[in-house]
Amino acid sequence: MSHEASLHREVVTTHEVHHDEHHGHHHQETFITKYVFSQDHKMIAKQFLITGIIWAIIGGLFSVLFRLQLGYPDQSFPILEDILGSKWAAGGKIQPEFYYALVTMHGTVLVFFVLTAGLSGTFANLLIPLQVGARDMASPLMNMLSYWFFFIASIVMIASLFVQTGPASGGWTAYPPLSALGDASEGSKTGMDLWLVAMALFVVSQLLAGLNYISTILNLRTKGMAMTRLPLTIWALFFTAVLGVLSFPVLFSGFILLLFDRHAGTSFYLSDIFLASTQKALPNEGGSAILYQHLFWFLGHPEVYIILLPAMGMVSEILTTNARKPIFGYMAMVGSMFAIAILAFLVWAHHMFVTGMNPFLGSVFVLLTLLIAVPSAIKVFNWLTTLWRGNLRFTPGMLFAIGFVSFFISGGLTGIFVGNSTIDIHLHDTMFVIAHFHIVMGVASFFGMFAGVYHWFPKMYGRYMNNTLAYIHFWITLIGAYLIFWPMHYEGLAGMPRRYLDVSGWVSFNQFSGLNRFISIVSIIVFAVQLLFVFNFFYSIFKGRRVRTQNPWGSNTLEWTTPINPGHGNWEGEIPEVHRWAYDYGKDGRDFIPQTEPVGKNESSH
Amino acid sequence: MSHAVPADQKWWSGGKSPFNVEYGKVMMWYFLMSDAFTFGAFLISYGTIRFASNGWPDPNEVFQSFPGLGSGLPLAFVSLMTFILIISSVTMVLAVQAGHAMDKKAVVRNLIWTIIGGIAFLSCQAWEWTHLYHEGAWWGSNPFTNMDGTKASTNFTNFFFTITGFHGFHVFSGVIINIIMLIMTLNNVFERKGHYLMIEKAGLYWHFVDLVWVFVFTCFYLI
Repeated sequence: MSHEASLHREVVTTHEVHHDEHHGHHHQETFITKYVFSQDHKMIAKQFLITGIIWAIIGGLFSVLFRLQLGYPDQSFPILEDILGSKWAAGGKIQPEFYYALVTMHGTVLVFFVLTAGLSGTFANLLIPLQVGARDMASPLMNMLSYWFFFIASIVMIASLFVQTGPASGGWTAYPPLSALGDASEGSKTGMDLWLVAMALFVVSQLLAGLNYISTILNLRTKGMAMTRLPLTIWALFFTAVLGVLSFPVLFSGFILLLFDRHAGTSFYLSDIFLASTQKALPNEGGSAILYQHLFWFLGHPEVYIILLPAMGMVSEILTTNARKPIFGYMAMVGSMFAIAILAFLVWAHHMFVTGMNPFLGSVFVLLTLLIAVPSAIKVFNWLTTLWRGNLRFTPGMLFAIGFVSFFISGGLTGIFVGNSTIDIHLHDTMFVIAHFHIVMGVASFFGMFAGVYHWFPKMYGRYMNNTLAYIHFWITLIGAYLIFWPMHYEGLAGMPRRYLDVSGWVSFNQFSGLNRFISIVSIIVFAVQLLFVFNFFYSIFKGRRVRTQNPWGSNTLEWTTPINPGHGNWEGEIPEVHRWAYDYGKDGRDFIPQTEPVGKNESSH
Repeated sequence: MSHAVPADQKWWSGGKSPFNVEYGKVMMWYFLMSDAFTFGAFLISYGTIRFASNGWPDPNEVFQSFPGLGSGLPLAFVSLMTFILIISSVTMVLAVQAGHAMDKKAVVRNLIWTIIGGIAFLSCQAWEWTHLYHEGAWWGSNPFTNMDGTKASTNFTNFFFTITGFHGFHVFSGVIINIIMLIMTLNNVFERKGHYLMIEKAGLYWHFVDLVWVFVFTCFYLI
């Protein structure tokens, strides 16, 4: 035991030493070390955010293109041929292969590159060290590498758009056999390989990032920052990181097996296949395409929460700050996030109800899926009760946070429909599913992200974003998103399939042609308004109103105790000590009491 | 377990590591969990496919050769491989132990033994792969029949080469890490730091790779 003792005695002090190492950094910085290969978590956060914004524009543009096809299946747009060339848009009509590539890349880009890397990459990097009271991440080098792996993944993914046979087009889930057989479609050739390579690099980036987030939250909390005093953002980002670290490797394994099926003649996912395009029966035998679906959705479902949890955490923080009230049910919030994180691993097969799964097994997954309604409902209840009789300040961040709650409720309710295997047999692969997950995961998380950007922009750049543009952005996006996705529920209930190029051949769906046009027009408007946000973002970086006070929102958390433009190391001098939780708003007659203030003698406990 | 710190110390209240380890070790443990899920996914995939197949080759028939001794020795060679790897784990423990005692010479000696063990294991694997390859086994081709004599699917060899290959890649990176540790030890990096924590983290990885082999060994050679 002697070595044990000596080890422990020595380790207790390590992380103080570690802090001091970083403190000296920020004197000799060049352009390259400050803006490009930066190891400062705040700069890495900005890199993730801006890369995410670029990806969001690209991914959004894809959806505008395929909405043109869905809204106007019988019209041609010659300008598309001018821009995209005669292979993808011959005669101004989007060609089937290109349409499938568009929906595939829209999904991939938005789910992974925007709402995973862009969202948690940005806010985990920005907020974890600032809110737990650390000089930087545990390993700034790994943190930098995580961004650059993401960057290389982005380059490979972008490159796949320009190969002759086009990008991957088998859906964002890349189900074999389609994705495994290059002869099966154009998009299953080089584009699919580049897609897999980009995703593998992406998993590496997520792993490096996640390990850093976890160890920073566990090990580098400042003095007094007990786990139960952590802001809910940090709890949310912690669970997100754990989900990522434990679920992405399974996807990675699935991809490796898929690569072998593509190039090494194996039959992991392949069996009994006759390929129409080459008129050949393939020799592959004994594999299972369903196996891939299990591996994919074992990541795929936690991925939903990897996207949603950071938004939940930020929304909790922004709602309570702008309601000037303590968060309602702090421990219930933490507990329900924990429950969501556990359940996230136990529900994946509800994406596979129609794969011929044993109905008994299906019913188990129905039960586990519907259980998620409990923690979700607790969180909604707590958000609403936090708002209840609060002294609300409708900042843009606050509006988007309230919008998040709205979308989370309306999208969550339809989850109860599709979570039931019996109803799902009817709704599977229809526009109803599109409506459900876009509202609850896509739009809701985007609202969380916007809320975060508006709220923490002053911390990131020392300036405010323009409020008028922000309000226009909010209202048009809120109304537009509902106008886009609400009607899709009706289309889906009527059986209108997703992923189809053109449904006008079915008389039963002709009634929706006007509605489809309407959805397409609204989505173009909403996309244009997002460009307004992008303009506001970049304009405000350089020309926005300057932040004059250290704590513009009157917030309790530690990031507002740093200088207005914090350098590498965040705090000048000592890191502040924490004496209370983050939610003492409107307490004992005081508007807010920062975490750094010691608990007074006569103060009531929360 | 005795702690050198006061019993009433509040581990979770911030300002120190709640597990009394530095961040690198926390990262290593989480990385190992992550990697366990990678291997778990592989092995569960293997189990699923094998369970769904009508038959499967008999490992006693497939793995029965020993270099220099010919065939007819079921599982003898893989037992030697497993023995080598487990012994290399023992020498790794000794290296970590010596690191705690700040005994540089013993660290160097045991690290070298561990590296030799790792390289020996990889060499054995290379021999086994080559041997199987010459028998006609590779990704996408399986010369072995099922236990009941019927024709087998190629998934026996597909999974064998993929999973043992992935494990071998882990052993290879472990050897590289250990060589780096050895160079750092020889350059007195840890002496100057005053502790051999890095060796301990490399040791965690090495033991994990060994542990994974136990499962891979069980799944492919024993069952």
